[in-house]
Amino acid sequence: MEKRAVFGGWVLPSVLLAPQLAVTIVFFYWPTSQALWSSFLLEDAFGLSSRFVGLENYRTLLTKSDYFRAAVTTAIFASLVTTLSLSMALLLAVQADKSIRGAGIYKTLLIWPYAVAPALAGVLWLFMFQPSLGVVTRGLVALGIDWNPLLRGEHAMTLVVLAAVWKQISYNFLFFLAGLQAIPKAVIEAAAIDGAGPTRRFWTIVLPLLSPTAFFLLVVNIVYVFFDTFGIIDAMTAGGPSKATETLVYKVFSDGRLGGDLGGSAAQSVILMVIVVALTAVQFRYIERKVAY
Amino acid sequence: MVERRSFSDLLAHAILLLGVGILAFPVYLCFVGSTHPQDVISNGQMPLTPGPLLFDTYYRTLFVGSDRTTRDPVSGMLINSFIMASIIAVGKITISIVSAYAVVYFRFPFRMAAFWAIFMTLMLPVEVRIYPTYKIVADLGMLDTYVGLTVPLIASATATLFFRQFFMTIPDELIEASKLDGAGPVRFFIDTVVPLSRTNIAALFVILFIYGWNQYLWPLLITTRGDMQTVVIGIKKMIVTSDALTEWPIVMATAMLAMLPPVAVVILMQRWFVKGLVETEK
Repeated sequence: MEKRAVFGGWVLPSVLLAPQLAVTIVFFYWPTSQALWSSFLLEDAFGLSSRFVGLENYRTLLTKSDYFRAAVTTAIFASLVTTLSLSMALLLAVQADKSIRGAGIYKTLLIWPYAVAPALAGVLWLFMFQPSLGVVTRGLVALGIDWNPLLRGEHAMTLVVLAAVWKQISYNFLFFLAGLQAIPKAVIEAAAIDGAGPTRRFWTIVLPLLSPTAFFLLVVNIVYVFFDTFGIIDAMTAGGPSKATETLVYKVFSDGRLGGDLGGSAAQSVILMVIVVALTAVQFRYIERKVAY
Repeated sequence: MVERRSFSDLLAHAILLLGVGILAFPVYLCFVGSTHPQDVISNGQMPLTPGPLLFDTYYRTLFVGSDRTTRDPVSGMLINSFIMASIIAVGKITISIVSAYAVVYFRFPFRMAAFWAIFMTLMLPVEVRIYPTYKIVADLGMLDTYVGLTVPLIASATATLFFRQFFMTIPDELIEASKLDGAGPVRFFIDTVVPLSRTNIAALFVILFIYGWNQYLWPLLITTRGDMQTVVIGIKKMIVTSDALTEWPIVMATAMLAMLPPVAVVILMQRWFVKGLVETEK
């Protein structure tokens, strides 16, 4: 789609684009190209010289067990957070879509956690589940559970999942609610006249019509778990105990902070970039298809 | 929806109330934690109702700071967060609206190349280029400055796309009429395009302010001095692994204060928030 009437000249548009392009080149493309280039280099032990080694950094990285472990952790984390936050948000959205009293108030009371920073969400949940003083810990101990996320990997993972889900429900709820409200009432009424009860209508009509929203949210949630949960992990566990909650993004951060392996760190970044590109491509293909319908 | 069923409505209320309760519970406990004395909390004896130290804790948090860990008062951190979030939101909106205007309303060589160059940054979140970007900011001498905190985050593919989509819906008749009146591109932008974009700008501002306020990784790298810390970073530094040293009432008060501005923005400007969120992401 193009405008029929436009202005001529190239000086003014160049000036208008200059700030955005300058920031983009200096802080996006330049560092990205640096990361790409150094992922093909191997530095000597003193960081004085480096030589071109092709894909060697990638090969070393992918054969390392701790990288594999971070990938598995990320996959577990992502599937737990997406499944839980999507299903709980859908349940709430279906209820809020019913014509009940106070639907607007419920909506307001369900969307605000979106505004809480991931790191703060982490701090809130840490306080509740702190092994020595947490309020919920008291309850767990009373139930006979030896709760200690500072020592036990699976407890730490449970905790970061809870905080990440808590924060993401609002976002998913909002999009599911918008999706539900876009479904024409006539379709649902027609099914009701044909004798389909609420449960059957949900599975055979509402859910299929909601699947584009669900798919969109699935991609967004995976991106969220990959990148935005950094603050949650850093504030709650810092990747521990013994790397049980170290995701791929967290690993780039903590490996890089130690310095040293510049090429390996760059290779990790490049792999993450490939993942983002793939996810974005999937997302845009879906949007294109939706527009075509 | 179709049938009138009191049971189904009752169930809906029950589920929604449960959801509201689960979402609010951590914040309620956080508030309770900010009103009790340190020793009550560290003994693991915190009651589920607010304690007596409300004003005392918040006063200490805002103006004195915690005794044992970071000594900076939280009011300074809140100001830093506010400055950072505002610069990011205003900066992103400004440079995106002018770039979208250039791409939509002008014909010049490399127009689409420029558009794609901006668009592709969607695929380069800061997390994947942490250290090379940090190095550039360090080389430019921008560590511990507001410029270093904000400018590298200011490019925005989503905001540019958002304005581009909106400009496409402005009828061509307006620019034709404006041209007949003898207005140039700058006049048209100021007199027509910006006023028409008001609600879009408001929606975007709400989303971007929250985005800026909640930044974590970038300020963590760029700020080293205590007086440049943002509140989301500051709170993390107050939590020490050996829990006896963590001053939980102060930490909880800081968490309440850090949540307040963005949550208030969402609740008070809900209409713009929902519009901004739904329209920029799709």
